Amino acid sequence: MAGNIVTNSLSAWFGEVRAIEGITVEIPANKVTALIGPSGCGKSTFLRCLNRMHELVPGARTTGEVIWDGKNIYAPDIDATEVRRGIGMVFQKPNPFPLMSIADNASAGLRLTGMRKNKAAIGEVVERSLKMAALWDEVKNKLDKPGGSLSGGQQQRLCIARALAVEPDVILMDEPCSALDPASTQKIEDTMDQLKKDFTIVIVTHNMQQAARVSDFTGFLLTQESGEPGRLVEYGTTSKIFTMPDRKETENYITGRFG
Amino acid sequence: MKDNLHSRRRNAISKAAYFLCALSAVIAMVPLILILLYVIIQGAAALNIDFLTQLPKPVGETGGGMGNAILGSLILIGIAAVTGLPVGVLAGTYLAEFRSPRLSWTVRLLADILSGVPSIIIGVFVYTLLVLTMKRFSALAGGLALAVLMLPTVARTTEEMLRMVPDSLREASLALGIPRWRTIYSIIIKSASGGIMTGVMLALARISGETAPLLFTALNSRTWPTGLDKPVASLPVQIYTYAIAPYADWHQQAWAGSLVLVLMVLILSVGSKLYFGRKMRRVR
Repeated sequence: MAGNIVTNSLSAWFGEVRAIEGITVEIPANKVTALIGPSGCGKSTFLRCLNRMHELVPGARTTGEVIWDGKNIYAPDIDATEVRRGIGMVFQKPNPFPLMSIADNASAGLRLTGMRKNKAAIGEVVERSLKMAALWDEVKNKLDKPGGSLSGGQQQRLCIARALAVEPDVILMDEPCSALDPASTQKIEDTMDQLKKDFTIVIVTHNMQQAARVSDFTGFLLTQESGEPGRLVEYGTTSKIFTMPDRKETENYITGRFG
Repeated sequence: MKDNLHSRRRNAISKAAYFLCALSAVIAMVPLILILLYVIIQGAAALNIDFLTQLPKPVGETGGGMGNAILGSLILIGIAAVTGLPVGVLAGTYLAEFRSPRLSWTVRLLADILSGVPSIIIGVFVYTLLVLTMKRFSALAGGLALAVLMLPTVARTTEEMLRMVPDSLREASLALGIPRWRTIYSIIIKSASGGIMTGVMLALARISGETAPLLFTALNSRTWPTGLDKPVASLPVQIYTYAIAPYADWHQQAWAGSLVLVLMVLILSVGSKLYFGRKMRRVR
């Protein structure tokens, strides 16, 4: 069900500025892969290249390949909308649709992508995705309340449910817990452990403990000097990266010597 | 000692500045309050059911009303809304969402210039375009003149309101694989609809009092409206006609007409602010 993603010499620009350069990596299916690195190293940009969100910024472009389940998502005959349907995203700040109810938020993708289903089917999907996002018990009695009435942590889980409802292969998470308190963070981390049975997860995080806790694989990105693009310094299983990294920079970063 | 003097001086200037600001704020409100009071005092006497429902009586006879002008105004506003709103909202959507730099810049500039064109010029323009070609004054021409007048306001308000919708909602929608047109229509315009409607209502309120563009287009009429291709009475033009006439009871009726017009504008603008403003706050 879940797909893997392979990038091939992936570079990304904002206008004339190159944000990441030559990233080649294989992200395995049904695993959690964490991307760590200091601010500005391009890890969010890399993530946004994986479902063609990067190109929404005016002047932004990419070179190289992103192979999802064997096909290059930047090939000319591939529609970005289709890519995003299969590779969902959860953002740093919870962003539920403010005028929609909790249930409508969860089913927004289904209803608005034209994957038309009848009311009962939509209700089932809403329940299933809210359960997967560990939010169902807290909201099952107020599904018609606005999404914005929930707490920050609940809103983020609603956004996860919303992303799950369209049944993607891959879920990209861009620092999903950085705006949340520890209790909400833990709920989301627990959820991720459940989700990787059905989905491939890529998470960008500032929090190294979080990367160590939730991920199976870790990539370390770094900008060597200011003005330089970010590069992938090291990639491997999380236990290896955090216990015996090959590269000095990785060791310095995870032991807190900089960043 | 010197410090003390300094701070006393600073405090005095601060107080003076505060006083000036407060005074100006009050002065800015005085005209509205005076207008309202005066129109109510003068107009209420002649305002009754007959005034709202009857046709004007011939000169010399007392009584009668401005029913046809009230209906005519509603028809003209209706034509303006039906034609001007879609174009204005779509143009604003283009400006906010499809950012082709050069064309957007040009359209925005032209919209700003158009909003500064005196309304009587718009009337002359529509006169040349429609009245001369159709060889008759008509409600249609009047309504279209009002539509042209509200177009820039609606387009720019729509643009501003759409820009206020946070980018995070656009991204949330696109990241779900929702197509762009769907994102714009179901997420962005819906989120901004409160603000857009407020702007639209204000634009309608603004044009409902316009007189000049109607003088050469809808003209005036002393009968009930009979068709969109016929001249039609409107409150502002009727008020103007009655106010400059030499009869005391016409003056009375002009005041009553003014009261109705002011109330219409107030209901449109205050009502929409209260209703749609609340909706908009939830988005931000």
